[in-house]
Amino acid sequence: MVEADEERTTSKLCVDGLTIRYGETVALKDISLEVRPNEIFGIIGPANSGKTSFLRAINRMDEMTEGMHVSGRIDLDGEDVRTWRNVYALRRRIGVVFPLPVGLPLSIFDNVALSPRLRGINDRAKLEEIVERCLRRAALWDEVADRLDSLGSLLSGGQQQRLTIARSLSQEPDLLLLDEFSIAVDPVTTMRIEDILKELREEMTIILVTNLVQQARRLADRTAFFLKGDLVEVGKTEDLFTRRVRDRRTTDYLEGRFG
Amino acid sequence: MNAFSATDLDSANKRREHAFRLLFGAMTALLILPVLLILGMLVWKGHSIFSFEFFFTNPRNGMTEGGIFPALIGTLYLVTVALFASVPLGVAAAVYLSEYAPDNLLTRLINLAIINLAGVPSIVHALFGVGAFVLFFNFGTSILAASLTLAVMTLPVVIVATRESLQAVPQAFREASWSLGATRWQTIRRIVLPNSVSGILTGVILEVSRTVGETAPIMFTGATFYVAFLPTSVFDQTMAMSYHLYTITTQVPGVPEALPFGVALTLIAIVLALNSVSIAFRMILRGRKKW
Repeated sequence: MVEADEERTTSKLCVDGLTIRYGETVALKDISLEVRPNEIFGIIGPANSGKTSFLRAINRMDEMTEGMHVSGRIDLDGEDVRTWRNVYALRRRIGVVFPLPVGLPLSIFDNVALSPRLRGINDRAKLEEIVERCLRRAALWDEVADRLDSLGSLLSGGQQQRLTIARSLSQEPDLLLLDEFSIAVDPVTTMRIEDILKELREEMTIILVTNLVQQARRLADRTAFFLKGDLVEVGKTEDLFTRRVRDRRTTDYLEGRFG
Repeated sequence: MNAFSATDLDSANKRREHAFRLLFGAMTALLILPVLLILGMLVWKGHSIFSFEFFFTNPRNGMTEGGIFPALIGTLYLVTVALFASVPLGVAAAVYLSEYAPDNLLTRLINLAIINLAGVPSIVHALFGVGAFVLFFNFGTSILAASLTLAVMTLPVVIVATRESLQAVPQAFREASWSLGATRWQTIRRIVLPNSVSGILTGVILEVSRTVGETAPIMFTGATFYVAFLPTSVFDQTMAMSYHLYTITTQVPGVPEALPFGVALTLIAIVLALNSVSIAFRMILRGRKKW
């Protein structure tokens, strides 16, 4: 479903014929789609549709996963991610937010400073500046500014999820992957994070996997619908919700007839 | 009869509940009893020998008098050298098995081998030590040969304890770290090891306490009946607490009764002290919840 060749160069992420297997099980079948720069690209679909596997293939986490096999092409800025010699440099460009918040068992400061330190930044003043900026952008600074030394892994779920976002931002990514970020987060925090995402769109491309159809409707510029490993539909989000869709399964899912 | 009054089944269950509670309690008492008896016996018969002289002088008069100083120091030597050999090796192997090795047939065979190594009788380790370290590497009967034999014997304990504490660190932490662009080693050093170090220490201390009491692995490889001088290098032979206890109870006539009991009590005290340190570590670990 790659639209036209001249758009290939302008797309942020161009996926062509992506198939993901776990041993004999096929998680994703021959997916092709493109994600445009500075858009929020929503992916919806019921559980076991291959949404998470899709995200894992982008930053090559399949290499750390026993039995996960990826074939096909994923171009980031026109360059196949498989051909990146330095997979760590690739991963540094891609921020990831997990379904369950992962505050690392480090202090709040060290959580956010980890990625800069991995890049070799050790200057304390510089680190402090990065930590404050990222925590502010993740709307967490005011709550933790006076206890940056306490453990990030003991924050509340909503705070940990914003900490995870701050940590991703400290990578200075140009692509941000969010995997059902709101399932362990209260509604108020969810709304705050959604607002953050709308601002972040100015600076980076966001892929938002969500189990909440309405969240995709609120945020995503374009949305793809995954079902049991198939890409059923991809297009402008408003088209999806105004029933200008080609596939009956999409309308069924959107209207809550299954999934 | 109303809905809350006991039925026949209820009272039968109640009786059974009492019976099983009693049974399990009795079993526990049965377990503790021998330990208390042994300790009590040792204290009762051995405490009279404790003195400055007992701990800090050489044996005299054909081992029937004097102290245990060279054996005490010898045991310290043996354990320390064994630690230097087994801890780096064991921790490194555990890190590889837990963090790097793919889950394939080879890895499973290695894991199986480690478990089996833990089940090998200590006398077999002793013979291996004689063949490998004393003869093949030509270390002679020495502290080095004895310590390496002890190290080989306790390696499985270190590996298993380390691997388990590494695997107690949630996988999600590794995934988060990797997706930040960290290498496996950066993840191990910054996230995994700092959060498993208490567990590793616990394993190490358990290993030490086991090493202290072993007799068979050292009796052919480095422990000696009597030396007047403290060891000056790892190629010297040495006395050791466990072997000393063995010799004065079986090889030497005319040893006063309190002497072997005093030696045994000292040995057990060292082991219990080390185990207490290990328990303290674990309590600190539990108290400091990190996720």
